[in-house]
Amino acid sequence: MSVAHCGDFRQSYKDDMKVLETRFVRVSVGAFLVLLYVFPLFMSNYATSTMTTIGIAVIGALGINIVTGFTGQISLGQGAFMGVGAFACSYFMRILHMPFWIAMPAAGLTTAAVGMVFGLPSARLKGLYLAIATLAAQFILQYLFIHMEAVTGGSNGIPSPPPEIGSFAFDGDRSKYYLTITIAVLAVLFTTNLVRSRDGRAFIAVRDHYLSAEIMGIHLFKYRLLSFAVSAFYAGVAGSLWGMYTGYISAEHFTIAESINYLAMIIIGGLGSVLGSIFGAIFMTLLPQALTVGTGALAQTFPKIGFLIMSFKDGVFGLIVILFLIFEPDGLAHRWRQIKAYWKLFPFSY
Amino acid sequence: MLNVNNIEVVYSDVILVLKGLSLACKEGQITTLLGANGAGKSTTLKAISGLLKSEEGEVTKGTIEFMGEKLNGMPPEKIVRKGIFQVMEGRRVFEDLDVVENLRCGAYTRSDRAGVKRDIDLVFDYFPRLRDRRSQLSGYLSGGEQQMLAIGRALMARPRLLLLDEPSLGLAPLLVREIFRIIAKINEEEKTTILLVEQNASLALQVASYGYIMEMGKVVLDGPCEKLRENPDVREFYLGIGEGGTKRSFKNAKHYKRRKRWLS
Repeated sequence: MSVAHCGDFRQSYKDDMKVLETRFVRVSVGAFLVLLYVFPLFMSNYATSTMTTIGIAVIGALGINIVTGFTGQISLGQGAFMGVGAFACSYFMRILHMPFWIAMPAAGLTTAAVGMVFGLPSARLKGLYLAIATLAAQFILQYLFIHMEAVTGGSNGIPSPPPEIGSFAFDGDRSKYYLTITIAVLAVLFTTNLVRSRDGRAFIAVRDHYLSAEIMGIHLFKYRLLSFAVSAFYAGVAGSLWGMYTGYISAEHFTIAESINYLAMIIIGGLGSVLGSIFGAIFMTLLPQALTVGTGALAQTFPKIGFLIMSFKDGVFGLIVILFLIFEPDGLAHRWRQIKAYWKLFPFSY
Repeated sequence: MLNVNNIEVVYSDVILVLKGLSLACKEGQITTLLGANGAGKSTTLKAISGLLKSEEGEVTKGTIEFMGEKLNGMPPEKIVRKGIFQVMEGRRVFEDLDVVENLRCGAYTRSDRAGVKRDIDLVFDYFPRLRDRRSQLSGYLSGGEQQMLAIGRALMARPRLLLLDEPSLGLAPLLVREIFRIIAKINEEEKTTILLVEQNASLALQVASYGYIMEMGKVVLDGPCEKLRENPDVREFYLGIGEGGTKRSFKNAKHYKRRKRWLS
């Protein structure tokens, strides 16, 4: 049983279409999925709920990777788009009495529409200029979160009712986890297939050389807008799940810091890589938690300088991210590919 | 002057590109490096000028010596100061600077103002077209003019060894001949040693005095250019001349029967 192919052995179109090429990879991915689903049975509620936030982050990161990593349009509004999704979902459920299963996709579509509106500047703007335009989206939406009190509850926030099937409500840590992780797995599957479809190739073409893409007949504006819409749809779904996870949503969570956090995820994980979005989401969710635990323990051991250690936390966080970018400038996904390439012809490296 | 001994270059720790390549450039001569696409010619030049590092490449074995000094692992900005200047493939002029500013950039490593001024005039003497366009933004120059500017910019550094990567890329045949004439002239008048990488084998073998032919990351054939021009394999595969001395007709050729002799 070969772990990975050491060359190109594809003989049919069917072989060519496979996502998981060898039996070893299929078995290990299957085992990983099984592990994901039995995980909460053995772990604490705290670990389960951390995993839920990772799942939400994975969906959000996949979204921003589609617009920024694959299509090359820097977006600084992912946090606000998540807010749109969360508030929309809550509104649909509370006021329009939709069940969550309809409200969540509807919130996704609403967010996609909002994302398209703020993607309009991409018709004329490129690179950093577009980033500044999307930054405006962030602030306009944040303003609306505070002032559209009927929908968002203003600065007080608003409750987000839990999803229900019949009489069963998803309000425990485990049930929230299962719902989130299922949607995250579906999102990963969909994105993996999206980026190797006709439209996915068009996204990448627009990123790599927009003039050549245009020559091929790709409508640039259409695909830029589409990427904003798809990305915002993911953000809307992630936002709905976030509302379900916390049970109460307020505008405070969906700030520019959150948007930058998502951008950091895909930069650390790997731009233009599905696997990178997952790695980045895990890294950026776990690192602050690990630091909290670490500094907390240190502060207990050295109570006199405890406050000092605690105040170093954010600094250490920044330092680790910077060191990471210095040593892994192409992201975790790139390192992962390197490791795989290295083992391909083991014991020879080339 | 330049001695490359048995170098091995690996990209990203996993892709082996050069497999024990050796070559030498004699002072004051034009040496040419020929080969098919993907043979590793540009990688060789990048290994010499130190540009590999920014592409995750690394010289893992062998040495590169210039005037008796080891260049392995030296950063490119230091190698330039040793007197090696690479003109990269594709023109890569600074589009938002005008012609004179581009030339001044080329002289970045020098501090003698009078000399720089003299050399700008010298470049204009070699490339009169550039003089007419001296204050135009270089992004607006035509392809040929940009290539001239790229070579002129290299001259401004007063290099002892000039690495030229495909100066004929995308130029009209007349312009190619013109550029090659100037390259030969520069070599003759300024005594600049040149290592020339080219696809246009027949012209390269005319201006150069010694040639190397690369394939799959190795030098497969080398010799003085007169001899290479006579070599039947080079004639057929690089110059496109059949055994009868005429242009080969592919109509009645059984091409697969003839193999390159150095590949066995």
